[in-house]
Amino acid sequence: MSLLEIENLRLGIGAVEILNDVSLAVTAGEILGVIGESGSGKSMTALSVMQLLPRGAGCSGRITLNGHDVLAMREAEMCGLRGQEVGMVFQEPMTALNPLQTIGDQVAETILIHEDASRAEAMERAHEVLRRVDLPPGRVAPSRYPHELSGGQRQRVCIAMAIALRPRLLIADEPTTALDVTTQAEVLRLLKRLVAEDGMGLLLISHDLGVVADMADKIAIMQHGRVVETGRFSDLRDPYSLALMEASDHKPDRAGHAGETPVLSVREVVRDYPTPRQGWLGKPGLFRAVDHISFDIQRGENLGLVGESGCGKSTLARAILGLEEVQAGAITLDGQPVFDGHQANRAVRRRMQVVFQDPYGSFNPRWTVGRSVAEPFHLLDDPPKGAAREAAVVEALENVGLSGKDRQKYIHEFSGGQRQRIALARALIIRPDLIILDEAVSALDVQVRARMLDLLADLSDRLSLTYLFISHDLSVVRNVTDRVLVMQGGKIVEEGETEAVFVAPRHPYTRQLIEAAPRLPKTA
Amino acid sequence: MLRYAGRRLFSLAVSLWVASLVIFLALEIVPGDPAAYMLGINAQEDTLAALREELGLNGSPMERYLAWIGGMFQGDFGTSYTYRTPVSEMIADRLWVSLPLALFALALSTLIAFPAGILAARNRGSVVDVAIMGGTQLGVAIPNFWFAMLMVLVFAINLRWFSAGGFPGWSEGIGPALKALTLPAIALALPQASILARVMRSALLDTLGEDYIRTARAKGLTQGQALRRHALRNALIPVLTIIGLQFSFLLAGAIIIENVFYLPGLGRLVFQAISARDLIVVESVVMLLVFAVIMVNFAVDIAYAWVDPRLRGRR
Amino acid sequence: MKASLWIGALISALVTGAALLSFLWVPHDIEALDIANKIKPPSGAHLLGTDHFGRDILSMLMVGARTSIAVAIVAVVIGMGFGVPLGLAAAARQGGWMDEVIMRGNDLIFAFPSLLIAIMITAVFGAGAVNAIIAIGIFNIPVFARLSRGAALSLWTRDYVLAARVAGKGRLRISAEHILPNLANLLIVQGTIQFSLGILAEAALSYVGLGAQPPVPSWGRMLADSQTMISFAPHMALFPGLAILLTVLGLNLMGDGLRDWLDPRLARDAR
Repeated sequence: MSLLEIENLRLGIGAVEILNDVSLAVTAGEILGVIGESGSGKSMTALSVMQLLPRGAGCSGRITLNGHDVLAMREAEMCGLRGQEVGMVFQEPMTALNPLQTIGDQVAETILIHEDASRAEAMERAHEVLRRVDLPPGRVAPSRYPHELSGGQRQRVCIAMAIALRPRLLIADEPTTALDVTTQAEVLRLLKRLVAEDGMGLLLISHDLGVVADMADKIAIMQHGRVVETGRFSDLRDPYSLALMEASDHKPDRAGHAGETPVLSVREVVRDYPTPRQGWLGKPGLFRAVDHISFDIQRGENLGLVGESGCGKSTLARAILGLEEVQAGAITLDGQPVFDGHQANRAVRRRMQVVFQDPYGSFNPRWTVGRSVAEPFHLLDDPPKGAAREAAVVEALENVGLSGKDRQKYIHEFSGGQRQRIALARALIIRPDLIILDEAVSALDVQVRARMLDLLADLSDRLSLTYLFISHDLSVVRNVTDRVLVMQGGKIVEEGETEAVFVAPRHPYTRQLIEAAPRLPKTA
Repeated sequence: MLRYAGRRLFSLAVSLWVASLVIFLALEIVPGDPAAYMLGINAQEDTLAALREELGLNGSPMERYLAWIGGMFQGDFGTSYTYRTPVSEMIADRLWVSLPLALFALALSTLIAFPAGILAARNRGSVVDVAIMGGTQLGVAIPNFWFAMLMVLVFAINLRWFSAGGFPGWSEGIGPALKALTLPAIALALPQASILARVMRSALLDTLGEDYIRTARAKGLTQGQALRRHALRNALIPVLTIIGLQFSFLLAGAIIIENVFYLPGLGRLVFQAISARDLIVVESVVMLLVFAVIMVNFAVDIAYAWVDPRLRGRR
Repeated sequence: MKASLWIGALISALVTGAALLSFLWVPHDIEALDIANKIKPPSGAHLLGTDHFGRDILSMLMVGARTSIAVAIVAVVIGMGFGVPLGLAAAARQGGWMDEVIMRGNDLIFAFPSLLIAIMITAVFGAGAVNAIIAIGIFNIPVFARLSRGAALSLWTRDYVLAARVAGKGRLRISAEHILPNLANLLIVQGTIQFSLGILAEAALSYVGLGAQPPVPSWGRMLADSQTMISFAPHMALFPGLAILLTVLGLNLMGDGLRDWLDPRLARDAR
């Protein structure tokens, strides 16, 4: 008898069908990984179990949780079930906690809602629960507020709230997606331990096969609101599952390799930010985001820059692009400085472009695609006008696999993957030497990401481009770069040929990163 | 927390200082010679000189400004030219009408708005919500002084439940005084309550859409519990802002409503002073009202920190 | 909620139409006093009755609408004209000295409700419709400055702004090309709201004698005149009040409708 049994679940919001005939089962002590790209319906499946669906959603089929027929239960009965027999952890730890309540209170609330305990008893038990999730009250006081905690710590608090009453089933919806790799590894380890200790069932939802593969007992692959197949990782056979696996570890073909002449040269660069002053008369402090960094990028090279959030990699990118002046050191492109006096050097800037992470925020929604793509022409002293300008836009769009006609459309008519291609077209239009890819593929689904990586490789061959590939995702960096820099706390702690660094990391931090990075087990 | 309060206190002092400068410039420097302005064009030179002497207008602007500010610190607002009495006494009497009226209205508007806004948010899209929102739509659009006139027509002239105007004074006891302020306070409160109810509703709906509400629901809280324990306090932050802003509207509104009910408040005083060209009185009343508004906004800032722990740690 | 947009637009159009019509034609000349027919309740000859000088109330309302609309519109133009550039400038260099000065200045103006500004102006320069315009206009400035600063700050964090900076564009150009167009909807909605608040404020100011002066008809003035006669001539108080109520209601409905119509699309596109 399964702990959770979902049979033929259908779900629609209004006239839109979200789930079609979903069947899944989780037994006690088992971890079921649910994998799918965005829009596959994996989160909606979880919310159906909790019956916390958005307004206007209606579901049919059968969900049995620990003997309860969930779809037949009244809301009041569901409230008794949630938190007591089933707990849930969500993706975004930064917003999942009430900012106005201490973490101790929020954990104790789970107990107070379901049991007839006094506040003091509940608080005492909350301390115990926090200790179980590695937040011992001695180190992280339960009287703290969420904003005083790191992302990983907040996610632990969320887990504590969900497991405070030792529920039979825990649902975790992308619990580590918003976290850095090392934190992700810790949280996954914690979840695994809790499952083992309590004999709890775990429904672990993720877009990342690597996260789930070596942790889940069984894996369900979802696509377009259906379950494609369910089984052990090594038993997955469906073409879609295999395509997902290939895409998440995709290595594009690239003929070109690094030349011998450096394009970009970064020497002893320092970037400080002022921190809030202490008191009215105190001096503002300084935060050193980039600390004496030096490296070169050779012409035609794909250089990777990896590091966790806050390590200074985006600051470094802005400094290279001439968006912010550095406090010390020199950044030169072919020997010319990026910053000339206190002015950004236009002659240098027109030879560099950038693609950002967020496909939705990268374009002015009120501009046509053509106008956005042509924007970097502003850097030229004599930009093409009229037909020549149009022709350049068409060429750039065709270079990234889109149609020249797309230039008349607005950005909301395109998907995330297409938007990143358009962003690339915008970067290509002034034929730069160097393109900085700042987490440019991080927000994309794996298959879209794989095609984007192929496109990047193809372009770098055809147009002899140089890339600085900034990413937190080690497997992607390993597959696409020639050389890699590892950054921590504003410093480069290790640098070398990508393969060599990954096979034999020298610095302990690099080792830690590589160990923590989720990987697909090698299948036969 | 102390640092936050200290910083607010500092900006409070700066605001008051700049506001006093603006008022002084507008009412004592722009008119040229206030004495000539007050007496009109036909005034004799020696009467002018006497008035200047009496009002302390002979010094340099700087000296006059400092004297004005210094006087206010000691409760001395100067002497009214028309009434020949200390302005501070006149204001003190009138303040005991205007301030209770504004506070009465603020209390009423909050008492009406909170339940209405919460009810509407809890039942979003239902008949209750539509009815409440329709009512607030009317309440926002109604000119409060006209509403006051209609109430006089219905409750004072036709039903005779209240007197049509006037104020018995607090010496007659709290009951009659409050009764005289009831219709004015309702008239003042209605539009403000409507605005506040709308803000309350939309702030609650915003917070109800937050992730932490979903987290709370996943813990087993009912919709109502999640609203009471988590959404309300978070929604209070925008609501506090509006309450702070409302107080200045209520004070200004009180001045207008006093006209409808013939209440001897600051409004009556200031309009009489305008027609009598008594700049000293106008200056003092305006300064006092601005002072009240700035103080209330300071109180709101402090209340933010009480509600929101994220502000306490900040500078 | 499409309905509220149409109803609101219809009411606003009717009021504006009546005001414009009054330039060409009114049912009765409002300058001709007709003491014989004073304080007449509504009848066939005078649809909304007459006032204490025998003037036709409907005609007075139509002419009075001009004052209300003109004052409120000019006040919105003043508020937007100063407020939006100030807000954009403050946001373009967030945390800079200009931001600080602009925002502190805004706080200061917020401490002076338009009534107080009108009181000060009137005390020094005497009463008139221009006072009302200035007083309400000044009060509108920080409203628009805050709104545009707040919205612009969130737009400045968008990647397309960063892309424009990578393309070498300056802050002024980015404010004009990227920030302002994306604020337009918000400004239209707020403009409608401030317009309706302006109508209310103008009525209040002229009611207490700080706005338009006789013989220029204004809704607030008409209410002030009716006050002493309310017990025997309630129609004199009823119709000007209804005119204000209806106009403000119409504008507010239109504003709400515009918000619903414009905002979700903006939110979805700009995410």
